[in-house]
Amino acid sequence: MSQILQVENLSVQFHTYTGTIQAVRDISFGIRENKVTAIVGESGCGKSVTSKAVMGLIQKPGVISKESKIFFKGEDILGYTEKQWEDYRGQKCSIVFQDALTALNPTMDIGRQITEKIRVHRRVNRQEAWQEGIRMLEQVGIPGAAMRMRQYPHEFSGGMRQRVMIAIALTLHPQLLIADEPTTALDVTIQADILDMMKEIQREQGMTIILITHDLGIVANFAQDIIVMYAGKVVEKGSAEDIFYHPAHPYTEALLRAVPRLDISGGQLETIEGAPPNMADPPAGCPFADRCKKKRPVCGTGFPGEAEIAEGHQVCCWLYMDDGGGSGDGR
Amino acid sequence: MDRRAMKKIFFSNKMTVICAVLLLLVILASLLAPLSPYDPDAVNVAERLQGMSGRHILGTDDLGRDTFTRALYGGRVSLLVGSAAMCVAVLAGTFIGTVSGYSGGRIDMVCMRIVDIFLSVPSLLFIIVVYAFMPRNIMTLVLMLASFSWTKVARVVRAQTLSLKERDFVTAAKALGVSRGRIIWRHIIPNLMPQVIVAASLSIANAILDESALSFLGYGVQLPMASWGSMLQSAQQYILHNPILAVVPGTMILITVLCFNVMGDMLQQILDPKLVK
Repeated sequence: MSQILQVENLSVQFHTYTGTIQAVRDISFGIRENKVTAIVGESGCGKSVTSKAVMGLIQKPGVISKESKIFFKGEDILGYTEKQWEDYRGQKCSIVFQDALTALNPTMDIGRQITEKIRVHRRVNRQEAWQEGIRMLEQVGIPGAAMRMRQYPHEFSGGMRQRVMIAIALTLHPQLLIADEPTTALDVTIQADILDMMKEIQREQGMTIILITHDLGIVANFAQDIIVMYAGKVVEKGSAEDIFYHPAHPYTEALLRAVPRLDISGGQLETIEGAPPNMADPPAGCPFADRCKKKRPVCGTGFPGEAEIAEGHQVCCWLYMDDGGGSGDGR
Repeated sequence: MDRRAMKKIFFSNKMTVICAVLLLLVILASLLAPLSPYDPDAVNVAERLQGMSGRHILGTDDLGRDTFTRALYGGRVSLLVGSAAMCVAVLAGTFIGTVSGYSGGRIDMVCMRIVDIFLSVPSLLFIIVVYAFMPRNIMTLVLMLASFSWTKVARVVRAQTLSLKERDFVTAAKALGVSRGRIIWRHIIPNLMPQVIVAASLSIANAILDESALSFLGYGVQLPMASWGSMLQSAQQYILHNPILAVVPGTMILITVLCFNVMGDMLQQILDPKLVK
């Protein structure tokens, strides 16, 4: 399976008055074409920054380091000119933001916001663009689409607004769709509806989706591949089966234990003690070491390298390093 | 806020309604000035300095011109100069404010320092000096007035642009591949409208005031053309014998400027959803 996106040695820093925040620290991963890949991790671990870097939306005070490379279908997009970016954004790669109310312009009706994207990229007349907009709204399941085109964002409910956002993102059929916590602002039933819809469209059109979330429940029945991030680092990546049934990194294990389960009654919900490290001054060793139950002296010495413990399943943990001395509990 | 709610707030406030009616009256009267039987500039010494009468409702001035007619024609000039200066100021201010705020960095720095320079110059004095070297016509007057009032619009617009450009919908538009100019035009400027409308109504009041001051000093609208400022000036010598000559243009200036200012304040309240009574 070919990879549509390759991220190599990506580092993003934010220079602020309180110091340099190292939001993303030298991460590499690949995204398989026509698959859904989930990037999971808790708040502030660099998920959204990674997705913004892929869209070229990192702004001052954020800086992408020089060694970073992002290849979209073999093309290094970080070397793009502003003109090339405008061509790439929206047409080849689209993004759905978390909060649809703030991501839609309150002074433009929905129709104008959808057709704007079409008219920016294609030479089509107003009518054609308008018809295409109606088709897109229908595709994401908005009833009365023709009438809804004339309405403003505040006249839509939260779920409908998110559908509009997705419709705008899907317009022009981008090859890669980044969904940055698309359902976090919605309640659970709407969440399921929207995810089902996205899944269906993904299957029909053969699109690649990067799903960014902290909700493992969503990931389980949606994503084929999973990337686990912690404190600006990728700590584990593999297929959904690998991650859910054979988690290798202690952080992944802890995350999975913290998911509420219906089949186990009683008892307290497990949590991960402590808090993530301060990214202005990240620890030299494994950033998870302080909260890790399997911590050993070697963990503080440096960030562990990547170990391949099964085909396509990599983990960055001293437990799996030969010089770490442990065999771990992997397969 | 929808249109009906705005209308309700507008009409629930007596001050705004009174101001709007007065302004409409002044504007209508100025527009209808040619209906008056008198020529505003024709000298008729036989009828000079008459008091109020059936023939001349507000009397005549030292050259026998009908005061009422001249006040109406003066209103035309003042309103024209005021609104033209406002338009130029708002266009220039909005353009520079959005570009400056959206671009940030060096462009922003340079633009704002230019604004500071303009704000630090005493405008009336400067206009008088420059006027000595320029053709004295309404065009020059408008441009001179606008060249000092765009700075206030630019500052307000820039500040608002700074906050708008960080909003998600601007990022979202960028993520759709929308170009920078189009983002400013379609996404930033429509969201600036409340601030711009308020700034416009305040700037029109200022322009009328400045125009009157300049005409009073003899540097604005040139005689014999009527303007409220120049009428005040020629009324000076007769203020004890014939005070009506000064009262009429003075009241007109007062009403117009006050109404525009009150309207500006009220619009600010109506258009800002966060200011609730």
